[in-house]
Amino acid sequence: MSYHSPTSVDQAVELLASRDDARPMSGGTDLLVQMRSGRLKPGAIVDIKGIDRAVGSRAQDGGFVIGAATPCTELLDDAALCAAWPGVVEAANLIGSVQVRNRATIGGNLCNASPAADSVPALIAAGARAVVAGPQGERIVAVEDLLAGPGWTTLGKGEFVLEFILPVREPGSADAYLRSIPRTEMDIAVVGAGINLSCDASGTITAARVALGAVAPTALLVPDAGAALIGSKLDEAALTAMGEAAKAACRPIDDKRGTIDYRIAMSAVYARRAAVIAYNRSRETL
Amino acid sequence: MSKQHIRATVNGDAVDFLCEPTTSLLNALRDELRLTGSKEGCGSGDCGACSVMLDDKLVCSCLVLAPEIDGRRVETIEGLAQDGQLHPLQRKFLEHGALQCGFCTPGVLVAAKALLERNVDPTEEETRYWLAGNLCRCTGYDKIIRAVLDTAAELRQERLPA
Ligand SMILES: Cc1cc2nc3c(=O)[nH]c(=O)nc-3n(C[C@H](O)[C@H](O)[C@H](O)COP(=O)(O)OP(=O)(O)OC[C@H]3O[C@@H](n4cnc5c(N)ncnc54)[C@H](O)[C@@H]3O)c2cc1C
Ligand code: FES
Ligand code: FES
Repeated sequence: MSYHSPTSVDQAVELLASRDDARPMSGGTDLLVQMRSGRLKPGAIVDIKGIDRAVGSRAQDGGFVIGAATPCTELLDDAALCAAWPGVVEAANLIGSVQVRNRATIGGNLCNASPAADSVPALIAAGARAVVAGPQGERIVAVEDLLAGPGWTTLGKGEFVLEFILPVREPGSADAYLRSIPRTEMDIAVVGAGINLSCDASGTITAARVALGAVAPTALLVPDAGAALIGSKLDEAALTAMGEAAKAACRPIDDKRGTIDYRIAMSAVYARRAAVIAYNRSRETL
Repeated sequence: MSKQHIRATVNGDAVDFLCEPTTSLLNALRDELRLTGSKEGCGSGDCGACSVMLDDKLVCSCLVLAPEIDGRRVETIEGLAQDGQLHPLQRKFLEHGALQCGFCTPGVLVAAKALLERNVDPTEEETRYWLAGNLCRCTGYDKIIRAVLDTAAELRQERLPA
């Protein structure tokens, strides 16, 4: 195996495209564990942390750009980002321990494509788009369209995620992410719920996106659940309708962390709780 | 596989070694540099026994590739005591009996030092969350937490104007 640390996007694409068993690496917190267990045997590791655009967060065109290889803890240092997208930042900072979060990235979290990845429902709810670099240049893809199945993305040969784009934030908008885990730290989500919504000055919800994790082969955008909130002031009827739409979208597995029935029931509970947090936050921005 | 030449600063000293590209930082520290204080409990990021500082960030050295440290700064448990003087955390761990077998201790100390450098007045809850990535099979954590909080109190005392 060889290790490469390119400093330009072109170099990284060339290295990744040059052999079938080349793998991008961001924080390595999934990749190195999978190599050690023998699940993955890459012939070349292409560490993208040396590429300027792949690290750090910045304001751009009224929204934000986050380098795909930015450690999760570094997002906490960007006060404007935390104020605009608290749900994305909190989801990324539920991952693992301090040690893990100082390395782990949202790019790796997405591309590892675990159904339970914590930052992914928050990114999908946020309407985040990924800037994908590859042999044909750059393309911009909605985060949900990069997920193909457990461990699989729709990235092509030689492609990697360079950046994430978070949209412009209107006043009255906020997001939130919550997960259910058997312990309080260091565990994998049984259910994760990301909510992003906007409301007008009267508190009526004008837009909402709901995304769920750990209840299907990939994180899910649930358009019906978002639609159930629109036009409401988050009253009981709207929350119930959203919860029912969330449950209807779940296709979970049974495992030691939770049964199918439990995950489905909890999807409504966590979506409701996250919606209340996002709604209260959105009111504070008015 | 061709070996890679790595130059870095470890505990303030310039180091220079050859390693396979797949070598973890933990193995490079232990096998190439003979710094065996950092331990391997799991090799998968779960236990924290391998905790070190990499450019002032707390990381699991088992989840860092040795070639990644080229040109960078690493601090390990071996750098904690200065000029033969134990670090206040080390003293308090002895005082409180915050270790039994000691396998987790190097990682816990490195992690606790990183906490106190950011926040010299952490609550018990903050301390427990910060150390959630450091597993201990022996102590039940209580004495570890007490030793860290007591060290923090001592450090705050030292900083009071005379
Ligand atoms: C102890 C421990 C606890 C954890 N807890 C959690 C948790 O609570 N929640 C959670 O969601 N995850 C958890 N994880 C998993 C992991 O930390 C996260 O998935 C993390 O976000 C992965 O990011 P990374 O940068 O380290 O990825 P890497 O390991 O660098 O990469 C992961 C995968 O994505 C590919 N890849 C990386 N970057 C890119 C890119 N920019 N473009 C294309 N492909 C790329 C790699 O080739 C690899 O296949 C935990 C891991 C450990 C070790
Ligand atoms: S050995 Fe690195 S975390 Fe356990
Ligand atoms: S003292 Fe034995 S593992 Fe902590």
